[in-house]
Amino acid sequence: MSTIVPEPIGRQPWQVILPLLFLVLFGAAVLHSAAGGSMQPYAGSHLMRFAIFMVMAIFISLMPRTFIKLMAYPVYIVILLLLVMVEAIGAVGGGSQRWIDLGFIVLQPSEFMKPAIVLVLAKFYASLPIGMTNTWRALVPPGVLIGLPVSLVLLQPDLGTALAIAFGGMVVMFMAGLPLRWFVSAGLAGAVLAPIAFFTLLHDYQQRRVTTLFDPESDPLGAGYHITQSKIAIGSGGWFGKGFNQGTQSHLNYLPEPHTDFVFATMAEEWGFIGGLIVLLIFGLILRWGLSVASRAEDRFSRLLAAGMTATMFFYVAINLLMVMGMAPVVGIPLPFMSHGGSSMLTNMICLGMLLMVNRWNGSQPRGRSF
Amino acid sequence: MRWRRRSKELINAVTLKNRFDRRTVTLGALQGGIGVLLAARMGYLAIFENEKYEVEAESNRVNLSLIPPRRGWILDRNDAPLASNRADFRVDVIPERMADPQQTITLLGNILGMGTADRDDLTRRIDEARGFQAVEVGQGLTYDQFAAISVRLPEMPGVVPQRGFSRSYPTGPAVGHLLGYVGPASAEEYEKDNNPLLVTPGYKIGKDGLEKIYEQQLRGVPGARRVEVTASGKIVRDLSTREDVQGNPVKLTIDGPLQDYAARRLGLESGSVVVMDCRTGDLLCMASMPSFDPNSFSAGIGRVEYAMLSGNERVPLRNKVLKGLYPPGSTVKPMVSMAFLQQGLKPEQTVFCGGGLRVGNRVFRCWKRGGHGTVDMAAGIYQSCDVYFYHFAQAIGMNPISEMARRYGMGQEFPLPVNSQFYGTVPDPAWKLKKYDQPWQPFDTVNATIGQGYMLANPLQLAVMAARLATSEMVVPRLEYSSLVPKFNDMGVSAEHKNYIRKAMSDVVNGPGTAGRAKLPLDNILMAGKTGTAQVVGLNLSDGRSGPWKYRDHGLFIFYAPYDNPRYAGAVVIEHGGGSGSAYPIARDVMTYMFDPQKGMDALLPLEKEWGGTAQQRLSQNYRAYAAAAGESVAPLPAQTDDIFDKVEAETRLSAEAQLALGGRVVAPRGDDASNPSSEGVTTATPQSAPQPAAVAPALPTGQTSPVIGPGTQ
Repeated sequence: MSTIVPEPIGRQPWQVILPLLFLVLFGAAVLHSAAGGSMQPYAGSHLMRFAIFMVMAIFISLMPRTFIKLMAYPVYIVILLLLVMVEAIGAVGGGSQRWIDLGFIVLQPSEFMKPAIVLVLAKFYASLPIGMTNTWRALVPPGVLIGLPVSLVLLQPDLGTALAIAFGGMVVMFMAGLPLRWFVSAGLAGAVLAPIAFFTLLHDYQQRRVTTLFDPESDPLGAGYHITQSKIAIGSGGWFGKGFNQGTQSHLNYLPEPHTDFVFATMAEEWGFIGGLIVLLIFGLILRWGLSVASRAEDRFSRLLAAGMTATMFFYVAINLLMVMGMAPVVGIPLPFMSHGGSSMLTNMICLGMLLMVNRWNGSQPRGRSF
Repeated sequence: MRWRRRSKELINAVTLKNRFDRRTVTLGALQGGIGVLLAARMGYLAIFENEKYEVEAESNRVNLSLIPPRRGWILDRNDAPLASNRADFRVDVIPERMADPQQTITLLGNILGMGTADRDDLTRRIDEARGFQAVEVGQGLTYDQFAAISVRLPEMPGVVPQRGFSRSYPTGPAVGHLLGYVGPASAEEYEKDNNPLLVTPGYKIGKDGLEKIYEQQLRGVPGARRVEVTASGKIVRDLSTREDVQGNPVKLTIDGPLQDYAARRLGLESGSVVVMDCRTGDLLCMASMPSFDPNSFSAGIGRVEYAMLSGNERVPLRNKVLKGLYPPGSTVKPMVSMAFLQQGLKPEQTVFCGGGLRVGNRVFRCWKRGGHGTVDMAAGIYQSCDVYFYHFAQAIGMNPISEMARRYGMGQEFPLPVNSQFYGTVPDPAWKLKKYDQPWQPFDTVNATIGQGYMLANPLQLAVMAARLATSEMVVPRLEYSSLVPKFNDMGVSAEHKNYIRKAMSDVVNGPGTAGRAKLPLDNILMAGKTGTAQVVGLNLSDGRSGPWKYRDHGLFIFYAPYDNPRYAGAVVIEHGGGSGSAYPIARDVMTYMFDPQKGMDALLPLEKEWGGTAQQRLSQNYRAYAAAAGESVAPLPAQTDDIFDKVEAETRLSAEAQLALGGRVVAPRGDDASNPSSEGVTTATPQSAPQPAAVAPALPTGQTSPVIGPGTQ
């Protein structure tokens, strides 16, 4: 390391923090434009939140491994109870509800469940005897651990979050080395069950979102409107975009949710294909770093934790971008670090904090020592 | 089998780590793959389909609205507007863009203060509209109403308030039939002429009359306004505006003030006045009353208004100048005389009129029971002696007469810019054989020589006949103004014959004739004319002067002036006026106005006071009274408002057909000269009284109302 930079600072993974910082600033610029050329109300609070949550992420990164492992189950249980509470309050209050107002803060427990499921499964597999990896004991308890929160979240109903939780959990199971054929059979079963679930479990509006995906022009002013307008925004950007603050789709309100779910379309309209490639590249850098942290990790728990956190972030990015480009249904998943919104920022910064933590563990302990 | 073995294979930390590494690569590959997919998709959208989406973004952002062009003016011969445009505020709705039509109608109705009938009409028009066709809610809004609608636009999508121009007809009903009216294009019209202008809110096309004929010339070029709008339709800024180009004006031969005067002078009667310039054929006046007010038709015909107009037995929707067909009655006598002269009859040859003429085993009566005594051609015309014409027509035969009738314009269709003209019939033996498969009878000739029977003509043809009698030239009427004086063909009438007929027709008015009351109150101008009374039903139904309006005789009068150097010619036809006494006072006043407007107005104003206002005022009074009486219970409109005039035309055809069907019976003529002092010695009818049949009837000598002996009874 350089002699000028102090060692604790030099040790930080700047190759990911700097691109992330750039992405957040870029996001703030887009939000500035989405607000009609003003820092208020989006860009300012976006930066403010990032600053606060960055401090939180650094704080998380300082946690010791034993503490995290100890806390895995209690945290999971507390969040699960909170989800039950949300349901209960919703049932009593008459109507669906996703959050708990604690007076000083509004909590959306389903958001916390995304990193928590990764944490609890990493802990589970880390403590599962290696010999049992191919037995039902490696499958059933995690299935319950995933199934409980997913069902509760589906009841809210919040399909996007439920999918994110399930995806995070599945990735941890996958990385834990469960037999491949289980996943293959699960995939086949899913292919059979998905159409049945589509017609029985999904709400009307959710079904419509899926059907319009395949033919958004069939209902250009109804459910297909979001997708159509988003594609127009991205497509009209061209190579270099219309220029900062020059987007018409967002400024004239044709683009729905230009500051949250469709922030990428807002960006692409003004910054074009080049802007889009830069965003993709930065996400690529962050995710690749996440996976490298995972593969460098020394023990099973850290490895699974890092891989799961990376997967959770990846899920956000992939679903959001597929959605705005018209290749996935509109499920209401924001784009990490760019969309305006506290809870997604919080979740992603928790994920990031965990990755930084694992990264720190990697660096602070001599290599080669495992399990 | 392979799977099975695998599961039993011993798993240790190394295999798990290897598995983890392999699967990390898989996960990374998945992420990378999705990343590439996203980049490719974005490149496809932003690079390959860029043009398409740029266009879509532009069409989102930019709202192009057409500015309806101002319609060309319709001018009279002195460049005064008969139809012009008035700047006003208007509001339309585009049904396809309305979120909740019923609520919007309620809201608009409250702001504009619309009644239930108006709201129902609007609902119906909105239901009928197709595609992006705009439906007019109202025009001529006050600024406050306009502002009230403008601020509430967010609640009412599809409502388009704007500043625009609406068609204005300063003389209203006087030009209704002549000019027609304008209205929003119907779906059928839009399909035919696929011009986006037609569905532009506020744009009207000509629906009838000259407005329809000259549509393309009057239309003009629309302007355009490009504005940037938000998704909710709020205008952010103007991008560019192109002004509209006003349509070309159409200049008519009509004399606007004269047209208005004639329409007003017709008063309560149902009839028409045609005046033309003998030298050029210029139609100076084509008034047909009662009429409709084209100003109130511009939003489409309202239910109450339609019920009132279509239920009126005086058919206000029918243009009587072109589509009213009447037996011309005695007005054909000068023309028949021309046929006699052409056949070599000497005008001095006389006939003794003893009140009737025996032809075969029948006696045909003269209108004057007591007889006219010895009658020559001049007396035959000015006394309107039927026996004179019966006698010589028997001698000459029908064919020369019908040929002459055609030469004088009867049965002829003129090259005029009108939608349709009914040209009536000029019967002859060949025609009767073809139409009814019956041989020509002597009484058919008798009927025809006095303009009854199968003979039918419209008022325009009668005016042309008057002009050709006056000039002995083949005068052709025209409506489009031109400074060129056309050269008409000479009819080959000798000056001697021409002057003889002129003198005889002058004597009708100025001598011992049947229309002494028609003498112009001017010192040096003498009007010539010929009266006519046309029976519409048999004597068993009515004496022609009293009783149900529908059974009363038509009153006709053809004229020209000055008689010795004819300048103007024309015709007046009063439907069921009870005789020619209802027609010639109108001709007199119209010609008086022509030469001395002040004197003409002096004659009109007292009459209008008696009738209750001008034609326009009476029409709106009637409308209010009708709407109040009928309330909301009026019958619905025909499904297609554009069919209204087709329906009127069909009904007109039917009534002409019915009139023709009466032609097969013998007509006993009735005096068209009841109030002529010199022939009757009765002066009780005051010249200025309204030509109401009831007022005239007591003055009749009793002999005239006695039943006429029909065919075969004598």
